[in-house]
Amino acid sequence: MTEALEIRNLHVAIEDNEILKGVDLVVKQGEIHALMGPNGTGKSTLAKALLGHPDYEITAGEILFKGENIIEMDVDERARLGMFLAFQYPVAIPGVSVANFLRTAINAHRKAADPEDKGISIPDFRTLLKAKMDLLEMDHQFAGRYLNEGFSGGEKKRAEILQLATLEPAIAILDETDSGLDIDALRIVADGVNSLAGPDLGVLIITHYQRILNYIKPDFVHIMLDGRVAESGGPDLAEHLEEHGYNWLREKQSKATAG
Amino acid sequence: MAASSDLEHLEGIDQYKYGFSDPDVSVFKTRKGLDEQVVREISQMKGEPEWMLEKRLEAYGHYVERPIPTWGPDLSSLNLDDIYYYVKPSEMESKSWDDVPESIKQTFDKLGIPEAEQKFLAGVGAQYESEMVYHSVLEHLEEQGVIFLSIEDGLRKHPDLFREYFGTIIPHTDNKFAALNSAVWSGGSFVYVPPGVKVELPLQAYFRLNVANIGQFERTLIIVDEGAQVHYVEGCTAPTYTTDSFHSGVIEIVVKKGARSRYTTIQNWSNNVYNLVTQRAMVHKNASHEWVDANIGSKVTMKYPSCYLMGEGARGEILSLAFAAEGQHQDTGGKVIHAAPNTTSKITSKSISKGSGRASYRGLLRVHENSVNSKSNVVCDALLLDERSRSDTYPYIEIDEDQVTVGHEASVSKVGEEQLFYLMSRGLSEEQAISMVVSGFIEPLVRELPMEYAVEMNRLIQLQMEGSIG
Repeated sequence: MTEALEIRNLHVAIEDNEILKGVDLVVKQGEIHALMGPNGTGKSTLAKALLGHPDYEITAGEILFKGENIIEMDVDERARLGMFLAFQYPVAIPGVSVANFLRTAINAHRKAADPEDKGISIPDFRTLLKAKMDLLEMDHQFAGRYLNEGFSGGEKKRAEILQLATLEPAIAILDETDSGLDIDALRIVADGVNSLAGPDLGVLIITHYQRILNYIKPDFVHIMLDGRVAESGGPDLAEHLEEHGYNWLREKQSKATAG
Repeated sequence: MAASSDLEHLEGIDQYKYGFSDPDVSVFKTRKGLDEQVVREISQMKGEPEWMLEKRLEAYGHYVERPIPTWGPDLSSLNLDDIYYYVKPSEMESKSWDDVPESIKQTFDKLGIPEAEQKFLAGVGAQYESEMVYHSVLEHLEEQGVIFLSIEDGLRKHPDLFREYFGTIIPHTDNKFAALNSAVWSGGSFVYVPPGVKVELPLQAYFRLNVANIGQFERTLIIVDEGAQVHYVEGCTAPTYTTDSFHSGVIEIVVKKGARSRYTTIQNWSNNVYNLVTQRAMVHKNASHEWVDANIGSKVTMKYPSCYLMGEGARGEILSLAFAAEGQHQDTGGKVIHAAPNTTSKITSKSISKGSGRASYRGLLRVHENSVNSKSNVVCDALLLDERSRSDTYPYIEIDEDQVTVGHEASVSKVGEEQLFYLMSRGLSEEQAISMVVSGFIEPLVRELPMEYAVEMNRLIQLQMEGSIG
């Protein structure tokens, strides 16, 4: 069965300041969506609100995932239900190796699915992790490093994609995964996402650059302006944006409001 | 990969540790409180030579004169008259299993300790089958000329060696509680490693016969002769349940020319205990000593392992960890005295405070004149788990020599909201997320522990973390 993430009329405020003003968006498994827009229009707010960051207050609307309204769920419950967020700024956890962290996360998912589960065995885990690292062309040494501590920008993003590959969510949100990457790193990350894409994974790529879309081909493109999805379309919308910028859309919007 | 993730490989590894037999001894207990007569009785019960009695009495005299220190944690509710200063081991073990509080039993269960071991740890067990592993380790040590005895047997069997060093590293005049210990000491280890002998396996107090409990006034003397090597491990990660509310140990270590030693302690006292310990290593030319010291539990702990770097090229390292949970004050740190040229030292202190817990780092670094080219680095990191928890730093640095390199860094961090959001976004519960941040924080210390202790330590920290979420 194809699962979906459905965002309906979502309003989100940070400290009483409304950032999202009625977002509507549906992302299904097997689809790749790109959400574009200038800085400060609420794209990252949407990403964090979807995962349930405590600072982001949902003032109206719904987030449905697998048919359930997840607004009241804690962050970890949403994650275990199959949502994943690749962070724009991944957080360092000193002293905790990538491997140790991933194993704990896998076991948390397994335990949620089956309370009797004893967790993944170490040999099985090693096999799994090596396979995923090979898929992403990562050095195996990486598994022993402390999570995000002293990682370069590119390493952080690759670590995010490794987590995505290992946790196998139904819906993955990539928040500005392309920012701060040189062209080689960008290609590796994009190749990683492409290799994971398939009927079981829905992807929402948040970006304000067109360039990642040269490597990952979205099925749908959405443009966010002032806290709303202002325009949706196919891949050609991104190209149009590249050529014409956002102004035509702003003008179109203000005309619509005036009319 | 971190030790915690290798847990299932290690099940059963520490089964050999507890091999004990307990001789049938008559019951003896001094009356509550302390005076000269009690000191005499203790010495007499132990059948000690006259010189030892004199040392005890001298120490007692100093103890009486010396005021309770007021520069550190609050000791005002410590009632020194309400304590039995000497209880023979058989008496300690006659406690009933039923007297052990339910919370302690539950913790044992959570740690997965078999009931027989639980009884031993709680001080109610007596008879243990000696196992082959334990015998062969002792035999091997004996062949190498290593002496590893209870402190009482050390005095009885090696009086000259004992007398040469006893009380020379920590004289009874050092502090009030060292004076008290010197007057009433009982239990502990006596270790001698001959020149050039490298003891491969860590020496563990568990290996030793006839010591069922860490004594309330334990006294340990370790002599590492020239070019020798030893690692001594004391303590236990399981909660050391005791009805006594006071523990005051003295650990003396001599590390001779070119020798290396390490002393690892993990103490997890029940929450009614005042744990006031003096431990010091005298480190000679080109020798090195390391303290690895973890303190969990107790009501108040005052413990500042120290290295006196007496010979050129001597090296000292102190790695300490304190976990101050609700109602606890851990006042710990380290002390290094550089008294010779080209000496190096490193102090790494990590503390975690939770609830109303308070962790203080108290350290002294002193570099004497002429200790040229000495180097020292002090790093203290504190982690606060919530708004109420507290951490303080009292670093004292006294330097009388110009040609030295000294570094000091201190950091206080909180488990950050962004760290929690990040970890939880991967499916970890809030409790798991916090405990992951904590286990990462202590990893530099846990890495230094023998494997089975590292595993237990991680489990123990997980237990301490339970109920962190309000």
